[in-house]
Amino acid sequence: MLTLIDLVGLLPLLIVASTAVLVMLGVAWRRHHGGTAAVTVSGLALALASLPLASAAPSSPPLMIFDGLALMGSALVLVSGLFIAAMSHGYLAGYRGPREEFYLLLLCAVTGALGLVASNHLATLFISLELLSMPLYGMVAYSFRTERSLEAGIKYLILSAAATAFLLFGMALIYARTGHLELTALAAGVAGSPDPWILGGAALLLVGLGFKLSIIPFHQWTPDVYQGGLAPATTVLATVSKLAVFLVLLRLVLVAPVFGSGWLLGLISLLALLSMFGGNLLALFQPDLKRLLGYSSIAHMGYLLVAVIVGGPLALETTGVYLFTYIVATMGAFGVIMHVSGTGSGEDASGLHHYRGLFWHSPWLAALLTLSMLSLAGIPLTAGFFGKFYIIALGVEGSRWWLVGGIVIGSVIGLFYYLRVIVTLYLREPGMQQAVADAGRGRVEKLALLIVAVSILLLGIYPVPFIDWVAGLAWAARLL
Amino acid sequence: MILFWLILIPFLGGMLCWHSERWGEQAPRWIALATMLFVLAVSVVLWAGGDFSAYGAGERPWLLEWRVPWIPRFGIEIHLALDGLSLILIALTGFLGALAVLCSWKEIVERVGFFHLNLLFVLGGVVGVFLALDLLLFFLFWEVMLVPMYFLIALWGHSGSPGQTRIRAATRFFIYTQASGLLMLVAILALVFVHYTSSGEITFSYDALLNADVPDNLSFWIMLGFFIAFAVKLPVVPFHGWLPDAHAQAPTAGSVDLAGILLKTAAYGMLRFAIPLFPEQSQAFAPVAMALGVVGIIYGAVLACGQQDIKRLIAYASISHMGFVLIAVYSGSELAIQGAIVLMVAHAFSSAALFILSGQLFERIHTRDMRRMGGLWGRIPVLPGVTLFFLAASLGMPATANFLGEFMVLFGTFRSAPVVVVIASAGLVLGAIYSLLMMQRVHFGREQQPGLLAGPDVREYGMMLALIGLTLAVGLNPQPLLDTTASMVRPVADLFMAGPVRAGGMN
Repeated sequence: MLTLIDLVGLLPLLIVASTAVLVMLGVAWRRHHGGTAAVTVSGLALALASLPLASAAPSSPPLMIFDGLALMGSALVLVSGLFIAAMSHGYLAGYRGPREEFYLLLLCAVTGALGLVASNHLATLFISLELLSMPLYGMVAYSFRTERSLEAGIKYLILSAAATAFLLFGMALIYARTGHLELTALAAGVAGSPDPWILGGAALLLVGLGFKLSIIPFHQWTPDVYQGGLAPATTVLATVSKLAVFLVLLRLVLVAPVFGSGWLLGLISLLALLSMFGGNLLALFQPDLKRLLGYSSIAHMGYLLVAVIVGGPLALETTGVYLFTYIVATMGAFGVIMHVSGTGSGEDASGLHHYRGLFWHSPWLAALLTLSMLSLAGIPLTAGFFGKFYIIALGVEGSRWWLVGGIVIGSVIGLFYYLRVIVTLYLREPGMQQAVADAGRGRVEKLALLIVAVSILLLGIYPVPFIDWVAGLAWAARLL
Repeated sequence: MILFWLILIPFLGGMLCWHSERWGEQAPRWIALATMLFVLAVSVVLWAGGDFSAYGAGERPWLLEWRVPWIPRFGIEIHLALDGLSLILIALTGFLGALAVLCSWKEIVERVGFFHLNLLFVLGGVVGVFLALDLLLFFLFWEVMLVPMYFLIALWGHSGSPGQTRIRAATRFFIYTQASGLLMLVAILALVFVHYTSSGEITFSYDALLNADVPDNLSFWIMLGFFIAFAVKLPVVPFHGWLPDAHAQAPTAGSVDLAGILLKTAAYGMLRFAIPLFPEQSQAFAPVAMALGVVGIIYGAVLACGQQDIKRLIAYASISHMGFVLIAVYSGSELAIQGAIVLMVAHAFSSAALFILSGQLFERIHTRDMRRMGGLWGRIPVLPGVTLFFLAASLGMPATANFLGEFMVLFGTFRSAPVVVVIASAGLVLGAIYSLLMMQRVHFGREQQPGLLAGPDVREYGMMLALIGLTLAVGLNPQPLLDTTASMVRPVADLFMAGPVRAGGMN
């Protein structure tokens, strides 16, 4: 039974969900782009503000769990959602079709992600995952009159459905053997020697989640969807979706001992190495910035899998730090893409040639993109360095020398294309493209970009408060 | 606190340079010059007032020290400390930094503010490297200087005719150093975690890790991680691939910094970290390191003889000179290590001077290709004579600092490794060959074109006279320099001497 305390615990989720309803009713009553965006942003901000209150309440609603991991995930999801909502307003300003529904889809996806990071039951896990994915199909294909966007949406829909089938089958196998769907009970059920059915089920779960994380070999959709989808939709994929799914994978691994079994860990290690190398190698000569970020995200998920493999108390902390630094950098990069693009002209400005000489007409955007790229590459004094520091430290602590080697080599390969993007920004060419129209972009977008830039730098220079916060949460979540 | 400001000032100055662009073309140059002169002045004042005789058992060798916690979660501190060696190298950084600003006064005409931002960030990072004692902080500064250096080469470099060679050179520089840097990070983390498991204390502090108890099988690999990072930067021969290209494509100021200061961070890292942290492993590794040094001397010198591009020639000569430094550092003799420091300083002066001279030559005849030069002695006043002086210094003419450094290195190493010294001496002969070859091809011979070219102006005169004066001063009276670094060098040499005894005691 739900008690009042439980409702307090659920507050962020409830606020976001009711904002979605509000936006829907608002659209039905009267279309107003600015108003819709404002309601969305304030709803998400309110949800973020209610997090401390919610986490203080000792709530334990059925099917869900509000521990440190869930709190960390909720905060990350809400921050990314807030950023995307703020940036979408300027991006959609030039869009000719209906604009308001985009926020509705965004809010639904955020609701799903909030549920996913807190799910303690395979049923909530599945429902939240679908609630996260369904709106994404719509968002990716939102600009359905352009061929690329529609193609990306359909591709994502079909492949995602296949992955969901794997996931369900895996759950079914595990349920058949244990008779439980609740994660803790399930963990107790499979505690003995793992039999092939349970191992198979776990592997199928891994396939389903690996697809969402675009781990090689389940990555084929990534570049096309990244390139074809609207920039804000791609940002949701790259941030909200990946982080929520990753956290749920981490929860599964930490809770259920079956994932700790030798050959499954070996398999994950192999996939991690494949993703590190594959993602970076595929990105090497990519002339399209969005595709490049897609491949780079594959590599980053490969690095992150090290946390899943090593486990232990430091792994949670590493995941939190790495995810956040990765998300901040990704938001920076996509923020610049959104700011430069706008859908007025149809497709996004995703080709690298659009960014040639960006520094000479909008130095701040170029500086932000440079910072984001350096952060993704893990260069000191940017946020990404501490992410990389944590991951390598974790690998060294766990004596996983192969994975550490993979991270080092992968990072070096990665440097090549991050540097290529950066140097493009500063090249001045005689027949340079016209300066990007900077009109019609509100203060909110600029503020959002500024906040991202400052946090990349701040996390790189003085990450102590952030690290302490994550370490505290990880400590709290350790007692799973 | 003054140490912190030493690092911060170049960074702040760099930011100011970027913004001062709107006040006029000259503003960034003056600000950058003032910043570097400030660093130089501070280090000279510290030097004049410092007492460097402090060396005794248990006594802290630092002249100045400053530490505040940074990331307590991992025991990372902002721990800066200054001793004689750091002081000499920081003074060198300030001096060469000022020269770098001066020599790009006319060469860099576009994006002036951003150029000086990058230049000062490199120098700030270098000062940080020379001061940082916390291992993570050291790594951080080690990496921080790469990005602006990359920009210096990629954006203001000399574009070779076929396509984007400067970007390729910059990328190669970055990837070499970053890859080796990551190896060092892994080594640092491995060291820290080994120390953590044995002592229960997680810290990146130099003092604590000096006494870390590392299992034998692991310690060799950790030492190798450090060594490779430094070897790439020095550069030691199999890892030198980035250097000639980076030098050839970099703007003059970039080459001056690269040869004058950045290469020295590697030798500094070996003396400060690689050897004190792993004395026994370093000693076991010394024959390999010395062999690599000899290979570097001969290889660099032979390739220098065959170059057509002046800057590539100087770059290969640098590889050869750094070979001497490597031999000396691993010889474990106090005299040789002192010689290595003198040689580092001398090489900083002479290579900076030669790079500046080739930059000035390029401003006048717009080529660096020696096949298109010749007979310049009669066409340019003064500069050929100055070139002759620095080539003589570079080949180790007595009375110059270079001679003294090489002599001390060879003399000091002879006791422990006579064979190495004999082969390395051949490098001196080759040095004379490529130096005179360059002089002959550039300044003597038949004139390619008639007509007198402009002589040096006040700025160019000033730079050259300062460099000549310093080269002679160090060459004729090196004692102040040796006194300053003695208290740092002696313990390092003692580590080597003590090594076999301790190892023997264990058996």
